[in-house]
Amino acid sequence: MEEDCDANGPVIRYLGDSALSVEFGDRIDDELVSRVHAFDAALNQLGLAGVVETLPTYRATAVFFDPLEADVGEIEAAVLRLATTKCDASAPAGQLWEVPVIYGQDFGIDLDDVAAHAGMTPSDLIEAHAAPEYLVAMVGFLPGFSYLSGLDPRLAMPRRAEPRARIPASSISIGGQQSAIGSVEGPSGWHVIGRTPVRPFHPGRAPEFLFEPGDRVRFRPVSAHEWSDLDRDAAHGGLVAKSIEG
Amino acid sequence: MTVLEIVQCGPGVSVQDAGRYGFRRFGVSTAGAMDRRALALANTLAGNLPDAAALELPLAGAEFRILGGPVLLAAHGPGTTLAVSGRPVSALSSVQVGDGDTVMVGPPRDGVYSYVAVAGGILTGPVLGSRSCHRRSGIGGDVLSPGDRVPCIDGSDSAPLSLAEGTRYNSRDAIRIVPGPQADFFAEATWSRFLSSSYRISPRSDRMGLRLEGLALRSSVGHDIVSEGVVPGSVQVPGEGNPIVLGRDCQTTGGYPKIATVISPDLDRLAQVPMGRDVRFRIVSKGDAIDAARRSAHWRSSLKLAAEPVGGSSPDLLSHNLIGGITKGDDL
Repeated sequence: MEEDCDANGPVIRYLGDSALSVEFGDRIDDELVSRVHAFDAALNQLGLAGVVETLPTYRATAVFFDPLEADVGEIEAAVLRLATTKCDASAPAGQLWEVPVIYGQDFGIDLDDVAAHAGMTPSDLIEAHAAPEYLVAMVGFLPGFSYLSGLDPRLAMPRRAEPRARIPASSISIGGQQSAIGSVEGPSGWHVIGRTPVRPFHPGRAPEFLFEPGDRVRFRPVSAHEWSDLDRDAAHGGLVAKSIEG
Repeated sequence: MTVLEIVQCGPGVSVQDAGRYGFRRFGVSTAGAMDRRALALANTLAGNLPDAAALELPLAGAEFRILGGPVLLAAHGPGTTLAVSGRPVSALSSVQVGDGDTVMVGPPRDGVYSYVAVAGGILTGPVLGSRSCHRRSGIGGDVLSPGDRVPCIDGSDSAPLSLAEGTRYNSRDAIRIVPGPQADFFAEATWSRFLSSSYRISPRSDRMGLRLEGLALRSSVGHDIVSEGVVPGSVQVPGEGNPIVLGRDCQTTGGYPKIATVISPDLDRLAQVPMGRDVRFRIVSKGDAIDAARRSAHWRSSLKLAAEPVGGSSPDLLSHNLIGGITKGDDL
């Protein structure tokens, strides 16, 4: 493991005077995502002076620092120390969430297209999308927008040539080899296959953000009736997503 | 309650402070004032800490009315003028505004953003630790329009303040950059073209990004990367080759290669370059960038030492001006 560790050690690249990126690779890969999250958690545990926040993504963690407070030499040393001692650690298991979804109809206007593209019936597509356990690889683009890795490769489909100006909040979509749980209403070039009553970001709720990078997600198909009950609950601050044991 | 009512304004007026930190891992942009120097100057004149929430006015002027005053108010920006009920207020000064008084803020003639600060700061409700408006997500509220009222502290009757010197907004000095995470995507010849030519600020620029027009930059290994964290100041190069300098409202992650990062003090400066004007870039070391960012932060927080009561002939005035660089913001 030590050798692999050195060979795949991260590269530090600066983003100006207030941030640096600790880069583990240049591709989308589940093992890489786990290393990023393990490293990110370990770095945050150190509580280094002047580190304002970190942002883990598929292949890198951005470390934002206050140039008045931070000693970048110390940050770099800590990064290299963690990279060699923690490289074989698997990511700390985030929470596992069960997320209800209504697939198709008005809630998932592109479901039939995605099914046709995959050469499946719509109900087979729903089954294939709800089968895996996904990993929240990254949260970005808009507040709470959760990028998931673990999509069945048969369901991959290039993004729309013309993005839509607005898709509804909490849309479940597919873009390329990724699936996502949308948060707020916004523009999107992804294919919308369903909608969850879950609000990944709900101001004033505790917690305001539901999914953390490193969490895992399972989808549970629900009926329109159940969806509207849960949606009402979520609108009043209910989590609706269930935290379950792995 | 004392409120600042907007009677007239241009598009894009918003409440901004230093920005929202700690939530980028959840996809929350920092937002925050496009020019922290001008924000700090307006706030200092209003007797506030440099990063208090103020109104940011892009390109146009505005007219306000104070209801339930008095308030101590300052407006500052490149070439921005201020008048209260028809009486002009001298530059780099704050002024007492009484109940019902009309406040006219002129457009920033030599730049892009003006800031209107009131003593005690703008008191809209903070969201996730900041009052900054991030328009795209709606966090921190929406942009403001005529008829909107923003809450201020009740009855601030403190004395007006003035500063002898502000900062220089129309410097033609090159914008300083540090090579970015994908600097090596661009061949040496591309780098020389980037550094030896000038780029025009496109009128399509906004708080999300400053679009540059000039020699297109081509990456030798494509223009798509797996999305990763970005910062305001990141210089992204999309496929068509015209660089975009990300602004304070930029998203947290991006999938275009980043040739460079504009250093923080120069991002403030760049934000005030009028649209249509040309800029050039020059490389500095990471160490020099960090030093410059520190000097800039010190300058903002030291402004309060240089603020004097208006009309007062404080014996301290001279000695403050003798403190090296304290009131000079143009060589940071």
